Amino acid sequence: MTATKTKKGETNAKKSAIKELTIRVCVGTGGLAAGSSDVIDAFYKELDVHGLKAHVEKKCVNKTGCRGFCAKDVLVDVILEGILSTYQFIKPEMVSRIVGEHILNGNPVEEWLVGPDYHTFHDKQTKILLKQCGQIDPEDIDAYLGIGGYEGARKALSLTPFEVIEEVKASGLRGRGGAGFLTGLKWELCSMSKGTPKYIICNADEGDPGAFMDRSVIEGNPHSVLEGMIIGGYAIGSTYGYIYIRAEYPLAIERLEIAIRQAAEKGFLGKNIFNSGFDFDIKIKQGAGAFICGEETALIASIEGKRGMPRSKPPFPVNKGLWGRPTVINNVETLANLPSIVTQGASWYASIGSEKSKGTKVFALTGKIKNSGLIEVPMGISLKEIIYDIGGGMEKNRKLKAVQTGGPSGGCIPASHINMPVDYESLISIGSMMGSGGMVVMDDATCMVDMSKFFLSFTQHESCGKCVPCRVGTKRMLEILTRITEGKGREGDIELLIELGTDIKLSSLCGLGMSAPNPVLSTINFFRDEYEAHIKDGICPAHVCKALRQYIVSAELCKMCGKCFRVCPSGAIMWEPKKKAVIDKLKCIKCGACFEACPFKSIM
Amino acid sequence: MTDKQLTIKINGKDIACEKEDTILEVARKAGIRIPTLCYDERLEAYGGCRLCIVEVKGVNRPLPSCTTPVTSNMEISTESSAITRIRRNLISLILSNHPNDCMRCEQTGACDLQDLAYEYRVDGKRFEGEMWNLPIREDNPFITYEPNKCILCGRCTRICNEVVMAGTIELVGRGFNTMPDTAFRKPRSLANCEFCGQCVSTCPTGALTDRKGRGRGRSYEMKKVKTTCSYCGTGCNFFLNVKNNKVVKVTSDYDAPVNKGNLCIKGRYGYDFIHSAERIKTPLIRRGGSFHEATWDEALELIAAKFKELIDKHGPEKSGGFSSSRCTNEENYLLSKWVRCAIGSNNVDNCARV
Repeated sequence: MTATKTKKGETNAKKSAIKELTIRVCVGTGGLAAGSSDVIDAFYKELDVHGLKAHVEKKCVNKTGCRGFCAKDVLVDVILEGILSTYQFIKPEMVSRIVGEHILNGNPVEEWLVGPDYHTFHDKQTKILLKQCGQIDPEDIDAYLGIGGYEGARKALSLTPFEVIEEVKASGLRGRGGAGFLTGLKWELCSMSKGTPKYIICNADEGDPGAFMDRSVIEGNPHSVLEGMIIGGYAIGSTYGYIYIRAEYPLAIERLEIAIRQAAEKGFLGKNIFNSGFDFDIKIKQGAGAFICGEETALIASIEGKRGMPRSKPPFPVNKGLWGRPTVINNVETLANLPSIVTQGASWYASIGSEKSKGTKVFALTGKIKNSGLIEVPMGISLKEIIYDIGGGMEKNRKLKAVQTGGPSGGCIPASHINMPVDYESLISIGSMMGSGGMVVMDDATCMVDMSKFFLSFTQHESCGKCVPCRVGTKRMLEILTRITEGKGREGDIELLIELGTDIKLSSLCGLGMSAPNPVLSTINFFRDEYEAHIKDGICPAHVCKALRQYIVSAELCKMCGKCFRVCPSGAIMWEPKKKAVIDKLKCIKCGACFEACPFKSIM
Repeated sequence: MTDKQLTIKINGKDIACEKEDTILEVARKAGIRIPTLCYDERLEAYGGCRLCIVEVKGVNRPLPSCTTPVTSNMEISTESSAITRIRRNLISLILSNHPNDCMRCEQTGACDLQDLAYEYRVDGKRFEGEMWNLPIREDNPFITYEPNKCILCGRCTRICNEVVMAGTIELVGRGFNTMPDTAFRKPRSLANCEFCGQCVSTCPTGALTDRKGRGRGRSYEMKKVKTTCSYCGTGCNFFLNVKNNKVVKVTSDYDAPVNKGNLCIKGRYGYDFIHSAERIKTPLIRRGGSFHEATWDEALELIAAKFKELIDKHGPEKSGGFSSSRCTNEENYLLSKWVRCAIGSNNVDNCARV
């Protein structure tokens, strides 16, 4: 492996007279969990020993990291005399060698440097929101100001609110929380609505399993969210904003608190901000971790101190929101887009993306893919590019089966539709949705019935219980799915799921219920044969559903490796070198150990 | 027509209505029935049971009529095959987690769910699955709670919070296991409950029932006698439920002009005195340290004589009358009239002035 080089050029730092040195260590939630604070301490200690003065800058990368490799934390950048080298999997005990060989002698420790996949991961991405995440210290407002921070707010306040709204409308920005409502239009409706005071709420109640876009943006660049709120507040005529964030995000909350304090000290929050005569304050409200509180009316109820339950719309929050006043609720990602839109102009933003979906979208790319992580791509990019170019293809080079977008509210897109563009309309047309940006890639070892059961169990568990179809309907659907995966599926179950799912979508009160059946309905639509195999043949084609395993070795697939023989705890497997394994059904206790051990999926 | 009025069409019929009204309100006023379970006129519309869904022309999904405000020229159908199918499935889903023991249920004959199941001809068998199996809660003297019969319409919790403002119960838990309960699921006691029974009055099923009336007769066996509460001057109306000449329980009169079905603990549960063996039925006069039964004439004559004696001795200006704000207006008027005319004093007052 060659040394990671900056795009500009060469490594080989000079051995003496170090003029410039920056070490950046990830301190996102993921980085901290991997031990990044110990790595920072080790750097300080080691540099002290050698009497080196360095600026050890904090770097925000969370579990998967803005750089993309969740599994490669702790990632460390060493920038020596302007030349960047990135290390992966760094532990405190490795620091001494990095300092000794690289910093003192100019020879990067080759075997610890990141590989080429680190770069291919980034090349297809277009970073607006995540551009600064991982580059600047999120706990230092000067770092944000250094890259042009708060210029958007300053510029917006020099315009009229009407002009700001028109600019945002022209940019084509749509809500990133999932529904994709035009942000500028929402603002316009609120600004025209009678009633004062008005409120702007930042929805940071990110609840989809596996989604962490909003957390990463807040942890990596909290000021961009505050700036977006100032712009939005000014546009709609609101002097007070709330950030509703789940209490399970302690680091994000801490960084927001720091950011709010620093912004207030600079005069960017409080009375007469930027000497414009406009007052604006922000308060953080912590949610108690209910998925439903991401729904805007439930979120409002929660801030008001009530049980987080949605109510019927109309009236819409823009007319009757928090405390009955006109309220705009924007997602973290939506707000973080605003500073760039205001500073760089609507036409610049509108030039990115597809016809009706403008700008970029951040996805949490996960599942059976090589490079999982947080990615930011222009709207309209194809699924294929995401999976194979950015994601690096399937894990273990298995076959792509489907992609779930939109988390538990979204649907499954089969591999045959891999060339479809990723934007709001296309995703809805195929029975899925953009959602907040979860993207789970599944291979042929994924059982679609089991997968939809997983998502439905999540929505059923998180249903607020208010309306009948969501509370009882999803429970019954879940029971039907469970019996199918247990080999007890009945004739007519698929039709019952379709009928129930359709009625739940039609009659539920809020978006949670309306979208809860999506994973089931879309998998029935594209993988009905798999459901039928479970019910009619008693077979799980992906060999996932335990109750349907037959514990027979397929003579066709067995490669005679003997792994199953070695793990079997009951001596039920007969095998000799160069002979195919056979399972003695009388001795087999159906523990599944052989199943897990077989690399060739030859156990049926 | 004022700018607050508009016209809509329900089932092909033109109906004039007010701008702020919901579809359900307009339909009810026009005599068009839309089934509901979570709706109670006394409460904010909730939209939880979804049975009141209707079709609105130009909207691609059914809308709940209880929460949807009317808009000009709206065209609404309250019945269609699709709406009926969804309603049937919804009732069926509710029944799938309901004991369906109507034969011995307290509420039989006065149960909205039973009526709807009958009307839509459904049972809970289509969606059979897990059912709640929770014990009956009789941890207090007045209210019996059978969680298994609860359909989560939220009427009890809303009346407790919106009307009584006691905040005794709220929905707790999530998903299939959501249910109304007290904070930390503690027993109801005077510390957390007023025992007004408002929750019982609004419950559409047998989940909440009056404990004192349980097992003492079906709703349709009762003679309902409308009366005015005698405990205070508000003038709440309610029905005494009488069976075999005995008052068995009190039920709400939702059309009562003063209280619209709302009652406090005294009105709803304070009727034990009616058939009490210790009830005083005649005036008692104390003679020689003990009470003796007397006629009204004897008692009133004695009181009149004593008053005269006091007035003669001290003068009318030393006398006065003080009445209770819990008396009716008429009673207060009578007292003031009596003090001024019969006693000859202007010393009249009422505790409400304090």
